[in-house]
Amino acid sequence: MAQLIDRRSSGRGRSAVNRERFLRRYKAHVQGAVRKLVGERKLADIEQGGEVRVPKKDIAEPSFGFGRGGDREFVLPGNREYVAGDRIPRPQDGAGGGGGSAGEGDSEDAFVFSLSREEFMQIFFDDLELPRLARTELGRTDQKKSVRAGFARTGVPANLAIVRTLTQSLARRIAIDGSLRREAEELERAFGSAAAAGHPAHAAQAYAELQRVERRLERVPFIDEPDLRYRNRVMRPEPVARAVMFCLMDVSASMDEDKKDLAKRFFTLLYLFLTRKYGEVDLVFVRHTEDAEEVDEETFFHDTRSGGTVVYSALDLAERIRAERYARGWNVYVAQASDGDAFGADPARSARFLRDRLLPAARYYTYLELAAESDSGRSSTLWAEYARVADEAGNLAMRRATRRDEIYPVFRELFRKDTQ
Amino acid sequence: MTVLSHGADWDFEAIERYDAAIAGVAATFGLDTYPNQIEIITSEQMLDAYASSGLPVGYPHWSYGKEFIRNEQAYRHGMQGLAYEIVINSNPCIAYLMEENTMAMQALVIAHACYGHNSFFKGNHLFRQWTAADAILDYLVFARHYVMDCEERYGAAAVEEVLDACHALMAHGVDRYRRPAAPTLKAEAARLKAREENRERQFNDLWRTLPGAPAAASKGKHEVFPPEPQENILYFVEKHSPKLEPWQRELVRIVRKLAQYFHPQGQTKVMNEGWATFWHYTILNRLHERGLVDDAFMIEFLKSHTNVIAQPAFDSRGYGGINPYALGFAVFADMRRICERPEAEDRAWFPDLAGADWRRVLDFAMRNFKDESFIAQYLSPRLMREFRLFAVADRVEDDALVVDSIHDERGYRRLRRLLAAQHAIENRVPDVQVVRYDRDGDRSLTLRYARRRGRPLDDAAEEVVAHLRRLWGFSVRLETVDGDEPVGRVLECAA
Repeated sequence: MAQLIDRRSSGRGRSAVNRERFLRRYKAHVQGAVRKLVGERKLADIEQGGEVRVPKKDIAEPSFGFGRGGDREFVLPGNREYVAGDRIPRPQDGAGGGGGSAGEGDSEDAFVFSLSREEFMQIFFDDLELPRLARTELGRTDQKKSVRAGFARTGVPANLAIVRTLTQSLARRIAIDGSLRREAEELERAFGSAAAAGHPAHAAQAYAELQRVERRLERVPFIDEPDLRYRNRVMRPEPVARAVMFCLMDVSASMDEDKKDLAKRFFTLLYLFLTRKYGEVDLVFVRHTEDAEEVDEETFFHDTRSGGTVVYSALDLAERIRAERYARGWNVYVAQASDGDAFGADPARSARFLRDRLLPAARYYTYLELAAESDSGRSSTLWAEYARVADEAGNLAMRRATRRDEIYPVFRELFRKDTQ
Repeated sequence: MTVLSHGADWDFEAIERYDAAIAGVAATFGLDTYPNQIEIITSEQMLDAYASSGLPVGYPHWSYGKEFIRNEQAYRHGMQGLAYEIVINSNPCIAYLMEENTMAMQALVIAHACYGHNSFFKGNHLFRQWTAADAILDYLVFARHYVMDCEERYGAAAVEEVLDACHALMAHGVDRYRRPAAPTLKAEAARLKAREENRERQFNDLWRTLPGAPAAASKGKHEVFPPEPQENILYFVEKHSPKLEPWQRELVRIVRKLAQYFHPQGQTKVMNEGWATFWHYTILNRLHERGLVDDAFMIEFLKSHTNVIAQPAFDSRGYGGINPYALGFAVFADMRRICERPEAEDRAWFPDLAGADWRRVLDFAMRNFKDESFIAQYLSPRLMREFRLFAVADRVEDDALVVDSIHDERGYRRLRRLLAAQHAIENRVPDVQVVRYDRDGDRSLTLRYARRRGRPLDDAAEEVVAHLRRLWGFSVRLETVDGDEPVGRVLECAA
């Protein structure tokens, strides 16, 4: 009679660990694929999972096998018209030679598999972080952390503190045993002397007494309920690092569709990165033409407004918002994207304002300049002014991007985890 | 008798009823099995089980992840269905049933796996000789813990490197023939004594007067080690590698043990599947005769059964080689037919079988053969005609393929021999052996590929040699010989 076991509820995802190992081993391929996908995708789809192709030869597991050449015979089923001695022209690339190993569809040259959305995002933001994030102040207290707090008499078995429990048990046993043992020793002596002196009645009484004491000794438990000690943990409020990210986007007329797409891509990545990895980050969206305005994310990403360019207006607005809402206890980050097309006194004034007001208050400031491919290499006036500031200040990072597929690498560069 | 169940749905009681009925029928046919353990699993768990070659416990390795992803992908895209069952050669014999299957399918799987495969595992000589069904599950648990322990201690990358190298040599990590057991002290003493006595009996003082041979001829020259070529490369590495750490040696041993465990399965695919298919067919038909299952059940069962034993022709789209289920089932069914209703041709070809007790005949075949010998022994001309088998010769000096022999009077014997050879292990795994370990010199290891009929190794050989070099720690060479002549270039992976 067979034993019937229902395993349905136990142990699903047993291969998850192996899958993860596979992904780790082919990390380079997977990252390459992710990078490519991010460049190709429409903005709205960036978050989806995706397909990864790994060349078959890269993941082959080699073993000794027969190669082409030499003499061999193979037996096939389903003969229709052949008789012995018939000659069959060789198939061109060896297909159809179905003997043994040849027929296993090695025509496919890539191993394709899909990443789930979570895996995609994880690889997407692997090794990225907000630089110089400081746990400045005790923020909202809804985040708690469990910390050790001595020992308790109650708890779940998993938390049993064995050494502590045994110490208790030992102490208790010494305390209880001690007097009994002394009593037993005395009785033993009494028994000995009575027996030697020839008083059988006394000896028998001492012996009975001794037996009683020994039985009591035996009954002292090795571990008793009061010995049990459990590791105790309590929840303590944790300081949360509070951070705010200012997203400043230039939407002036000189920013054509391509550049706007680049800028939006950059901010989409930034947005995903922050919302995914840092749940508690505040986001402030500022867009500017001649004048700046604070908008919600919907407008920021989807509205099409256009006009002239005054960079200063955006910086000024950002600074005002900061002073108003994020004056103390916040890690402030700013990301600015622009084509750098600023006129007259604007670049110099902006750079000065940046140096004197924004940079000292910010942890990290990134400036992304978007250039058309035609004018690559030519730096804008704003870039030149900013570059001078960057030389002095350590927390201003500047990058330039001209093509879609550069956005992700640039983004990674800006937010790479500091490995030192 | 009333039928055991109605409709497609199954429940645990129904499975128990079927199992009892099937066990009863199997017993009347004299099937000897390990106790059964039937486990109900989901399709997801089936995919998991696939990835680890069906084993319930496995050590973590990326290649299993790859396998899992491949299967999952194929399954999700509907390119591949899941196997109905997986059965593990252990004691008790574990069989998985998928919860999605209908009652008829569950019954089929129980008959197929729990009584067909199970009795084969217990009876076939290769399994008896090479696998310890009682110990395999414990060993797998040990292996998993050991590998994970090593990963913790020495890092996942270091463990992976060793495992990768071992996996590359897995097919060359099996003993094809049993090693003689080391003699006990007592036996050794008895042998020495007998030898001594023999020498005393043969004693003749005259020999002493003969001039001695030049004594130092063999001294001073390096002895070739190992004295005989070794086919089990992993075993040799495990025992003799100059550089492996003890834990690495143990990893080599684990992979080697697993390879050995799977060794019989590779050599009995046709027989094993044929045997199981034959029995599920026979047992379920018997249930139907007894009125325990209804016609709807039989229709569904027969549909699955015919799918399983379908053999597409070589030029059709679905062709993927000779279907072991089809071939094995056909041979066993044909043997039964020859025993029960022999024709003139059968009497000429199988005089021993015609008219014999088919149960005895089948049982004998199951116990004592492997695919190669089984086909060579029992494939009848009638089956060759039914399968319309033909052999094609692929020769280097000929610019076209030549039809070597077909299913006719002149071709039967040769065709059968060729089909048997196709299932022989030496035609699937190249003959690569360890021939020299330069113990006193640069510690290099030399492998020799014995080429036959001009068939070269494929390009992966270079990578395998590199893997072996990683295990060995010193340079590794692979030379090729044809007959006694060295041919081709020597692959070398320097230290």
